[in-house]
Amino acid sequence: MIDAVGNPQSVLLIGGTSEIGLAVVAKFAATTRLRVVLAARPSDRIDEAVARLRRLRCDVTIVPFDARTPQTHAATLDKAFADGDIDVTVVAFGVLGDQEKAWTDLGAALELVDVNYTAAVSVGVLLGRKLTEQGHGSLVAMSSVAGERARRSNFVYGSTKAGMDVFYSGLTEALRPAGVHVAVVRPGFVHTRMTTGLKAAPLSVTPEQVAEVVVDAVRRRRELVWAPAPLRFVMSALRHVPRPIFRRLPV
Amino acid sequence: MPQNLSSRTLTGWGRTSPTTATVLTDPTPESIADAVRGAGRRGILARGLGRAYGDAAQNAGGLVVDMTGLDRVHSIDADGGVVVVDAGVSLDTLMRRALPFGLWVPVLPGTRQVTVGGAIAADIHGKNHHVAGSFGDHVLAMDLVTASGETRTLTPDGPESDLFWATVGGMGLTGIVVRATLRLEPTESAYFVVDTERAADLDDLMARLAADDDAYTYSVAWFDSVATGASMGRAVLTRGWAARRDDLPRKLRSDPLRFDAPKLFTAPPVFPSGLLNRATARAFNEVWFRKAPAERRGEVQNITTFFHPLDIVGEWNRVYGARGFLQYQFVVPFGEEDAFRRCVAAIADSGHVSCLNVLKRFGPGNAAPLSFPAPGWTLAVDLPAGPGLTTLCTTLDELVLGAGGRIYLAKDSRVDANTLARMYPRLDEWRKVRAAADPHGVFVSDLARRVSL
Repeated sequence: MIDAVGNPQSVLLIGGTSEIGLAVVAKFAATTRLRVVLAARPSDRIDEAVARLRRLRCDVTIVPFDARTPQTHAATLDKAFADGDIDVTVVAFGVLGDQEKAWTDLGAALELVDVNYTAAVSVGVLLGRKLTEQGHGSLVAMSSVAGERARRSNFVYGSTKAGMDVFYSGLTEALRPAGVHVAVVRPGFVHTRMTTGLKAAPLSVTPEQVAEVVVDAVRRRRELVWAPAPLRFVMSALRHVPRPIFRRLPV
Repeated sequence: MPQNLSSRTLTGWGRTSPTTATVLTDPTPESIADAVRGAGRRGILARGLGRAYGDAAQNAGGLVVDMTGLDRVHSIDADGGVVVVDAGVSLDTLMRRALPFGLWVPVLPGTRQVTVGGAIAADIHGKNHHVAGSFGDHVLAMDLVTASGETRTLTPDGPESDLFWATVGGMGLTGIVVRATLRLEPTESAYFVVDTERAADLDDLMARLAADDDAYTYSVAWFDSVATGASMGRAVLTRGWAARRDDLPRKLRSDPLRFDAPKLFTAPPVFPSGLLNRATARAFNEVWFRKAPAERRGEVQNITTFFHPLDIVGEWNRVYGARGFLQYQFVVPFGEEDAFRRCVAAIADSGHVSCLNVLKRFGPGNAAPLSFPAPGWTLAVDLPAGPGLTTLCTTLDELVLGAGGRIYLAKDSRVDANTLARMYPRLDEWRKVRAAADPHGVFVSDLARRVSL
């Protein structure tokens, strides 16, 4: 159960090697003893993540998860919930891909759609069921500001995030009567493995800074947050900038 | 869903940690037994008036029985002082019904808005704990619907006394109390003769309480939780006893048993979080201290003024805003005054603010393994939920544990299983009785899930 000061007892991270997701888990683990379930494909990186969380006194288990095979998701989540209620679930898997390839190569485009959108919806539907059944919990969906307005540089990625953002924003309303809190998180440019080599956009943040925003959103049951917070106003303004100007902006 | 079932999001009085359950309203002992037999994987739990601060009366994803509809007063034996009531009867109702017979509810907490069932489950205490004990000490018998759906009549020293005492203070996890037989106290009036005095600091306060507390039936101190340094723990003591008819001024003498407890208004749900901050709390604490007389003896006060000042305002918990608040209440044994002082200092120095700060001396505890009161000093503070509160509460937990003390489950909303087990050394004994009565954990609450009860 999440206690009165917003500390959960159990966290499920779907996309178990996500740097932002792991930073969120580490932040919760700083104030309380956590049971952590990592859903991910077997890899060296997931083993490293387990070792790191154990050093933070977390009880960690792994359940195998492959975003590309939605038909396996139900079994994955059954396993993830087998040891008891999950207080906070972070949906943090996703791929960025090569953006030029993504709009010219069909396979690359569908890969982004399958992982970032189809799998996110598949997991969202199943989580909705699980969380309704337990009658409580927070569900954090990692969206992106890339979904707020199409940019030439990353619009395929942006379109998948726009889709999952709308889905989880709707899920926020659908699950509210069930006592389940959903938070949609829209980070800007985050310095991670995913963005290595890319030129950082203004207002860039670290995974730890995003984690701070996420933990605060869970504690205060906020439903839509940006990281960093001022991006909310920047994006509000950017949405209304005429296209001829927008395409010249260094964003 | 059938007519008397609905899905509702529930919180405790602190308005933190909301969860959703299916709520059964207007229950009867028969429908409760049926519901227990048909309870699903997420179990079943009784809920009274929701005055427990944390998650004690919530059952996420499961069934919650709203007991307030089961509210008949079955009989009042004026001569013997014995009443038989349904578990959903509130202490407010019980007082109103019993006073005309010259009977007084022997244990009253800071509000009358609790049910008899809730009073048993939390084994509540009042300002007179040092002479009267806690609520469970005044229960002669109770009917408990157990996990099998059978109703057992339990008494404090009968064949199933272990289940009786596991139910007292058992937070509703042994079954659902549907009916109780209580012993009330005879009284000549519904008024109190009260002595008020101010204490300059914590040492002065504790010295005054230790000196002559036993001369009073009722005793409690409000203290300033914000002042630091030399005036840390400055306080207002109010102590008194039930007024005899002769103690009353003439105009009250004609109707000494009148239920004199006004409710002025209900707080609207418009308060922002953060209204209670360092500046407002400092001002409130200052005013509360200054407005009390330095010393006044023998004043006659009514029920609300003396017992339940907070009941004047309905839904006062809304003042804390959407983020809610928690109450931290603990007891440390006599002899651990140093630890007690350090707790008060930790609160005053923390930057977290509280306006409702209560301090009192407990008398002996009872046979219930999970009953909170134990001989020693108890303190309660209401803290708005906010960043950094975990640190303060964890610091207090350690101080309390180090002194051999404990916190009160009816107030708790954040302690962990490990800490709780160290605070209640008789927890295993309680678990054994519960496991025998409810082997499959049919009765369950969010509190039980959180602290692995």
